[in-house]
Amino acid sequence: MTQSLSLTQGEKLLTGWGRTCPSSARVVDCSSVEQVQEVIRGAGPRGVLARGLGRSYGDAAQSGGATVLNLQSMDSVAFDATSGTITAGAGASLDAIMRATVPQGAFVPVTPGTRMITVGGAIGADVHGKNHHVDGTFGSHVKSLTLVDGAGGVHELTPAGDTREKFWATVGGMGLTGAITQATFDVIPITSSLISVDTQRVNDLDEVMSKMIAGDDKYRYTVAWIDTVSPSGRGVITSGDHAPFEQLSARQRSEALLFDPKALATAPSIIPGGLLNKLTIRAFNEAWFRKAPKSRTDEMQSIGAFFHPLDGVADWNRIYGPRGFLQYQFVVPDSAGHLIRTALDRLREVGAPSFLTVLKRFGASNPAPLSFPQAGWTLAADVPAGIDGLAAALDELDELIAAAGGRLYLAKDSRQSPQMFAQTYPRLSEWQKVRDELDPQGTFTSDLARRLSI
Amino acid sequence: MNDALGEPQSVLVLGGSSEIALATVNALPRRRLRRIVLAARPSAARDLAVTTLTAEGISGVTAVDFDARSTESHSVFINEIFDAGDIDIVLLAFGVLGDQEAAEADPALAVEIATTNYTGAVSIGLHVARRLRMQGHGSLVVYSSVAGDRARRSNFIYGSTKAGLDAFAQGLGDALHGTGAHVLVVRPGMVRTKMSAGMPEAPMTTDANVVADIVVKSLRRGKETVYAPGPLRFVMAGLKSMPRSVFRKLPR
Ligand SMILES: Cc1cc2nc3c(=O)[nH]c(=O)nc-3n(C[C@H](O)[C@H](O)[C@H](O)COP(=O)(O)OP(=O)(O)OC[C@H]3O[C@@H](n4cnc5c(N)ncnc54)[C@H](O)[C@@H]3O)c2cc1C
Ligand SMILES: NC(=O)c1ccc[n+]([C@@H]2O[C@H](COP(=O)([O-])OP(=O)(O)OC[C@H]3O[C@@H](n4cnc5c(N)ncnc54)[C@H](OP(=O)(O)O)[C@@H]3O)[C@@H](O)[C@H]2O)c1
Repeated sequence: MTQSLSLTQGEKLLTGWGRTCPSSARVVDCSSVEQVQEVIRGAGPRGVLARGLGRSYGDAAQSGGATVLNLQSMDSVAFDATSGTITAGAGASLDAIMRATVPQGAFVPVTPGTRMITVGGAIGADVHGKNHHVDGTFGSHVKSLTLVDGAGGVHELTPAGDTREKFWATVGGMGLTGAITQATFDVIPITSSLISVDTQRVNDLDEVMSKMIAGDDKYRYTVAWIDTVSPSGRGVITSGDHAPFEQLSARQRSEALLFDPKALATAPSIIPGGLLNKLTIRAFNEAWFRKAPKSRTDEMQSIGAFFHPLDGVADWNRIYGPRGFLQYQFVVPDSAGHLIRTALDRLREVGAPSFLTVLKRFGASNPAPLSFPQAGWTLAADVPAGIDGLAAALDELDELIAAAGGRLYLAKDSRQSPQMFAQTYPRLSEWQKVRDELDPQGTFTSDLARRLSI
Repeated sequence: MNDALGEPQSVLVLGGSSEIALATVNALPRRRLRRIVLAARPSAARDLAVTTLTAEGISGVTAVDFDARSTESHSVFINEIFDAGDIDIVLLAFGVLGDQEAAEADPALAVEIATTNYTGAVSIGLHVARRLRMQGHGSLVVYSSVAGDRARRSNFIYGSTKAGLDAFAQGLGDALHGTGAHVLVVRPGMVRTKMSAGMPEAPMTTDANVVADIVVKSLRRGKETVYAPGPLRFVMAGLKSMPRSVFRKLPR
């Protein structure tokens, strides 16, 4: 097989949301299970990988030289009101699902900080949202899924019963057990599309953390934004619940289940234009803290404004410039809560102030061997990749996190060492056994998998 | 795979006993480095480099026999190395200066220089490019020379091989543009190594570790051509625009 030195039609340079470490692959659009099977069976030596909307930050959804499956036209969405479930194609975005089902009184069980992700990506990374402490991850709500394995075989997988090991290996399996083509999952019934939100501005990190411990279980959704520029670690806690119809004003009742994010979401106008630098990040952090009310209850916010404030700003990942950025997200058990401050201090010392930093408490983990969340604290901080000394600083933090029984989120990772990964995901070999059954030839692989020797 | 912070995991050195190349290996970030292949003809310098790098804690350092002139062996050679795992950075550093006077008198000697520096590099360069292209990522660093910018009376045979190599490497970089594979052309001035030992020092002569730092920095920035030291760029621009009658009379 001769290959041109230059990029040919159908090939694309792919990166994650952080825009670091590009690699090229042949991208094939598939619109049916049969087509997916055919592509897998005809895979070249570099294998195959499914990609969603590329919202993972690092190299999880790319695979140099491979065939990358784009399933975005497998985007069917069907809401079944009797069972309270949605059955959707793996390429359907949460955005499209919300547009289709919110007006019918059904909300997705879990949404991350962006709704521009696919069902395949939500299961592959086993995503979490502001309700993890109450509802767990997305994968915990999946009733069944269809998977095409490394040999092109089709499986119907369910969380209990004979297929449960394959099911849980696929949840959080980062696309390495095969290609998911469809899934059925539970919904949250809603009677309005508004979220009733309580906001508290808190002057230092210890107080943020104790308030979260005390108040978390009063709300379905809760998260804190932390000011990474101020050494105090001050923050803003926002908590909310789906507003019941009765709580709406007469005007709100007239369009209680409206979901039209373009019209309703208020894009944060204080996001700086142009490239980010230390000054704009400082200004942003200050403004974000100031704009929050000291304390406010029962404010009605749209789904877009509450869950996905950044989705209103197109291509905001470009503000980090050509070197790109990464998101450092870790979880540590409650006993190592002090590492939150250590991490914030270390990032500030190395000159990596973060633009958007989020702190949250996780509930218990689920049966998936590679799923990231576990009970404790999770911190997610965006940092520009081009900072001197960042590699050393993050490696030091990794060590502390690993020693404390914590770990990093694969959907955000672009730099941890293979040793760190193996040490902090102790169920890796158990997962690998199931993966080897589904994909004995190692057809499914990714840059992330190669980098971390998964 | 290079990580988001520019840490490579694997490096292949073609001309694995070159002082500039070994200095470059030393200057590379090492937090994720787990495989170094030193491809060179057998020598004490090659063995010493394996021992030293291993002692410094890098796990997979190996030496393999490689002769730039054996172009018929290049295909199998490169395939074996890449089949064992992706390579993030390839340093194409082999080269000979040759003896200009002797080569003027004996064209067979000139052919030797051309075969190593140009023909050998074109051959192995294309095999490397094919595999970087297949894996969809990786950098090839080609050690050209200011001697190739404008060939001088005193070393035009070496200079012409570097001019050819430089043109080849630039074209290769253009061909690979946008594929995830990338070519960096480095043009050092005179560098104090075994190659230049005993020769009178030219202005702006530098050390191998200075060239190495420039290479590493340029890789991080994704640059395509760089002089070492940097200001040589202006000197060479001046020399290139000099009338032939003046250039010819320059000393050395
Ligand atoms: C602004 C922003 C906020 C975010 N907030 C959160 C958050 O709050 N919580 C959270 O958990 N994550 C969050 N993320 C990360 C994001 O939710 C996950 O990375 C998610 O996996 C992205 O989905 P995607 O469709 O873009 O998948 P991709 O990024 O394209 O792929 C992610 C992984 O899933 C696999 N995959 C994709 N499709 C399939 C398929 N059909 N079959 C098998 N495997 C597949 C890929 O191979 C890859 O390993 C956020 C990302 C952004 C950009
Ligand atoms: N030093 C300078 O002033 C200077 C200036 C500009 C550019 N450069 C270029 O930089 C590169 C590195 O040079 P350096 O200064 O590091 O010199 P060096 O230490 O002499 O390295 C050159 C290496 O090339 C190897 N080599 C020669 N013929 C070969 C062949 N047929 N097959 C495989 N390997 C072969 C030699 O290895 P063995 O002979 O041990 O096998 C030697 O180790 C060269 O391309 C050189 O032209 C050097």
